[in-house]
Amino acid sequence: MKKAKLKAHPTLPKAPTGIQGLDEVTDGGLPRGRPTLVCGSAGCGKTLMAMEFLVRGATQFGEPGVFMAFEETAQDLAANVASLGFDVPRLVAQKKLLIDHVRLERSEIQETGEFDLGGLFVRLNYAIDQIGAKRVVLDTVECLFAGLPNPGTVRSELRRLFRWLKDKGVTAIITGERGEGMLTRQGLEEYVSDCVLLLDHRVAGQVSTRRLRVVKYRGSMHGTNEYPFLIDREGFSVLPVTSLGLDHEICTERISTGVERLDAMLGGKGCYRGSSVLLSGTAGTGKTSMAAHFVNAACARGERCLYFAFEEPPRQIMRNLRSIGLNLTQWVDKGLLRFHASRPTLCGLETHLATMHQVVSQFQPHVVVMDPITSFTAIGEIVEIKAMLTRMVDFLKARRITAFFTTLTHSGDILEGTETDISSLIDTWLLLRDIELSGERNRGLYVLKSRGMAHSNQIREFLLTSHGIELKDVYVGPGGVLTGSARLAQEAQEQAVRVLEGQEIEVRQRDLERKRQVLAAQVAALEANFAAEEAEVRRGIGQLQQREARLQQNRLDMADSRQANGAGAAKRQAKP
Amino acid sequence: MLMKKERSATKRPAKGLADEPWQLCLYVAGQTARSLAAFANLKRICEEHLGGRYQIKVIDLLKNPQLAEGDQIIALPTLVRRLPWPIRKIIGDLSNTESVLIGLDLRPPTPGGHHHED
Repeated sequence: MKKAKLKAHPTLPKAPTGIQGLDEVTDGGLPRGRPTLVCGSAGCGKTLMAMEFLVRGATQFGEPGVFMAFEETAQDLAANVASLGFDVPRLVAQKKLLIDHVRLERSEIQETGEFDLGGLFVRLNYAIDQIGAKRVVLDTVECLFAGLPNPGTVRSELRRLFRWLKDKGVTAIITGERGEGMLTRQGLEEYVSDCVLLLDHRVAGQVSTRRLRVVKYRGSMHGTNEYPFLIDREGFSVLPVTSLGLDHEICTERISTGVERLDAMLGGKGCYRGSSVLLSGTAGTGKTSMAAHFVNAACARGERCLYFAFEEPPRQIMRNLRSIGLNLTQWVDKGLLRFHASRPTLCGLETHLATMHQVVSQFQPHVVVMDPITSFTAIGEIVEIKAMLTRMVDFLKARRITAFFTTLTHSGDILEGTETDISSLIDTWLLLRDIELSGERNRGLYVLKSRGMAHSNQIREFLLTSHGIELKDVYVGPGGVLTGSARLAQEAQEQAVRVLEGQEIEVRQRDLERKRQVLAAQVAALEANFAAEEAEVRRGIGQLQQREARLQQNRLDMADSRQANGAGAAKRQAKP
Repeated sequence: MLMKKERSATKRPAKGLADEPWQLCLYVAGQTARSLAAFANLKRICEEHLGGRYQIKVIDLLKNPQLAEGDQIIALPTLVRRLPWPIRKIIGDLSNTESVLIGLDLRPPTPGGHHHED
């Protein structure tokens, strides 16, 4: 009958818990009007989760709640959750919350015959009706087994209670202590079968991690994985990080890495927004400095940056970066940059992940830096770290946050392998490498891969100067890659050759000029000679012509004087 | 008033209850067969062992649910001995007379007490 009802209502009505992440994992909350079993070992946060369910129900969803406590008194409960910012006494005063402490003392109770748990029903019913409760918590109902004789009766009465809760239409959380080989010590999961949540608190390698799993949820989709959860100042938060897929929205915007030459190497525009950048390198190759440039550029664009530092305290990072001319303190002061520093060994991987999620969700950064991710190897297996980073990368991608990871490789490792083997997750992989040559170590930067852009295949020499990172062309020649002073020497040599060649050209040009001048001089001299000769010749011709004319005149005068011809006579006669 | 009586009762041991009448409270929920049986059993035991020195108050939690919290009532029926001090609580339909007598401190839980019952 129940099943038929479920089929008729494909969307099961749900009561949102308001607990961060839990509603995502359960696809909307706990089954409305039904009991949910929350089981787990001692100290795993059952009571807290239940209380937060009620408090959030009362404050956020207008659903008053009844907390029936079998273990703690109302005062203790209120005091315990006060540190999470839950003002239980105020809610109680406002009649939004009612705490009924059920005290059972086995030694005070003598059994004298058949009994039922009618008193519990009456109390619960009275409490629910008093404030019009929509939510109920029974914490921990298994105390009844210890407090009352005849477990058989208690068992059947509990079965009746859960049915009664359902009929009453309240959304209930029933907590149960984890038992050997089963979810609860008394097998409550047999009775509360609509939704079962399992809380776990595991210690591996002296590091504890809290996890939550939806064991079952009838009639609803739910995440099936174990999700890490945190209990901190804001209460309970579950991180549905494994539920992420690969259908992120993709951005074509490019952002600068903060190093101009590097942008040039990455197709001239830098990396994509929302992509993941991995910078791997051996110790002391300047990974943090590069990360700082990235951060600096982002902050200068007015974007928020979140810097997870796992090895150095923030002040030290900022101090050290001042030596290469980067002032990150100004961004911290402006609220654009936030550091979150913690030792990897502080808590388990999951908790780290959970914390990072929380901080990211709060700060809403544009850029996240994790420096370095390899330090997690101290607390986890490579596979686990990879899984965690996958989730982190997915999480950040889904929010279009550009991620910048640094990873420490050891010299002698295979170049294309990182300690954590996450290269496949990474869109842009930069490699910083020591280049050891002629007695000195220098840094070389490669772009190992960069998805979706034409990136440079060149090695650049990477210099840390007082005004930041500089990338230089390295000398690649028959002698191999030259960096540092070898590169400088090579450059000097080339310079010398260039000077020599320049001089040679100059000499030749001068020679040519000189030749041209000589030629011109010769031409001028020849022309002058010719002119002189010409003048001489012309003068000679003129003299000859004058002489000829004079001779002619002379001949005429002679004939005239001889009156050798009439014309001369006539001429002379006519003359006077 | 009640408190005063309880305090005066504390000075006396349970067995020397010559003058003070017993105050017994029987919690039930409605007139069920079990609650009726419990009341009948209680009445019989009191008559047999206490003579006239007792008062029985029956509290129906269906009518007065707010009273359940004060005596921390979970199981029903529950019999609470308010006086003489200390407070005793026994649950069930009181069909096991021996247990009731032990629970009410009318008989120490020793094997020697058995022949009385026969």
